[in-house]
Amino acid sequence: MSMSIFAVVGYAEPWYIQIVKSLILFAIAVQIVPIVLLAERKLLGRFQHRYGPNRVGPFGFAQPLADIIKLATKEPFRPSTAIGFLYGLAPIISLLTALAAFAIIPFGDVANIFGEEVGLYGIDVGIGVLYVFAFGAVAFYGLMLGGWASGSKYSFLGAMRAAAQLISYEVAMGLSLVGVLMTAGTLSLTQIVEAQSGMWYVVPQFVGFLIFVVSAFAETNRAPFDLPEADAELVAGYNTEYGGAKFASYFFAEYVNILVVSGIAVTMFLGGWLLPFGIDPPGFVDPFVVFAKIFLFVFFFVWIRATLPRLRYDQLMSFGWKVLLPLATLNALVTAIVVVATS
Amino acid sequence: MSTDVTRWIPADDTLVVQRAPQPGGAGGAYRAFGETLRGLKTTMARVFEGPKTISYPEEKVPVYPRFRGRHRLHRFEDTGLEKCVGCSLCAAACPADCIRVVAAENTPEHRVSAGERYAAVYEINLARCIFCGYCEVACPFDAITMGHDYEMSDYNRSDLIFTKEMLLEEPLERTPLRSEGE
Repeated sequence: MSMSIFAVVGYAEPWYIQIVKSLILFAIAVQIVPIVLLAERKLLGRFQHRYGPNRVGPFGFAQPLADIIKLATKEPFRPSTAIGFLYGLAPIISLLTALAAFAIIPFGDVANIFGEEVGLYGIDVGIGVLYVFAFGAVAFYGLMLGGWASGSKYSFLGAMRAAAQLISYEVAMGLSLVGVLMTAGTLSLTQIVEAQSGMWYVVPQFVGFLIFVVSAFAETNRAPFDLPEADAELVAGYNTEYGGAKFASYFFAEYVNILVVSGIAVTMFLGGWLLPFGIDPPGFVDPFVVFAKIFLFVFFFVWIRATLPRLRYDQLMSFGWKVLLPLATLNALVTAIVVVATS
Repeated sequence: MSTDVTRWIPADDTLVVQRAPQPGGAGGAYRAFGETLRGLKTTMARVFEGPKTISYPEEKVPVYPRFRGRHRLHRFEDTGLEKCVGCSLCAAACPADCIRVVAAENTPEHRVSAGERYAAVYEINLARCIFCGYCEVACPFDAITMGHDYEMSDYNRSDLIFTKEMLLEEPLERTPLRSEGE
């Protein structure tokens, strides 16, 4: 068997379909982020006895459009202390890695569309979830370089916090998925979903699920782990000095990241496109099932944001290293023993 | 010679501070989990209560009868003469010094008010008015009262100087009124 430097790909279409597919995925991401944005602001309003945005367009549906036009038409500026090249590059790194990670979420099995066999996902690589972590690790350069290249103290503090937080919680996040990977016996996300046809992994891997969700909040810099941004103390953390389209890129990347972690959680724990009780709809329903589950997660993200106050920095660190990491390790250990004992 | 002053005993002043339970190991984690769920329940209950916002330009909070809004000047209902006699007591009472009155003599041919004199100029600078209602109290003829209108914003400062004609006009009923006990 010849070794390839590339990862094994489960199912690959002809090149032209792959290009079309990537464009469609990009379009979907661009379309969904404003919806999530508006949904978050409206929900947050309801959680606080408010309406949320309801002035632009019917029920405020044009609000994200207005926001985007506002940001895109702003004057591009940068502080005189900024390092120009890196200052411009950092948001692009964040955006690119977020969108690249979005490609791996499976929205369905291989489907027949206009006589072509098309997998309803960006790419089905054999390394599966490692791909997400790889891009998550690169995404951290986006925050770090952005904060550092801004030449501002607040930005730098935010970036340092982001770096420490992402490193700490990525460990727990990775380990929380090990249980699932061992139970499924594969890294490929589509195969993990298919392995859940009997029972979703949220039941046997409940501890892993909890750890994953908590570290997902930390990985996406969301409340209660929004220390890198911490509006009250750091102004806005790593993106303090960003405005206009560059800020929009960061913002966009943040929301794509939320979609990605939600998608991973849905794939790994909530059975992806599978429905419970033996309901088996035709293939074209699968992406909608996945999106419904993702939006359930997004709702949970907003709910948590409306509920929990921000952690103190030492609490964040000790929680990550002293609680989540041992728990995740223990979970992996117990799962390994159970898998070996029952096989 | 003894110093017979009441001695201060520190122990009497110490307060017993009740502290939250220390975050323990497994018990602490269990408690934190439970409290998080309780918090989630609390915020979700807010969603079901619905928004408390009053969408202002469409919905307005009714004002009370004694609400001190924009002033208005009055006429006698039977004769149509102005009640204001140009005594300037309102201007003297005004702490913000926003009322300007210039009085003139009534003549048989030109009778404006019921008294000897009338206000030839009566201006209130609403940009300076603090809506204290002292003018209303000072007026011996109830010629000036505070209305219920509070929507007076304008684009120009000079537009906020209300003249006698503007103050004498029947105000637009723009604000809902509620009864005293409501």
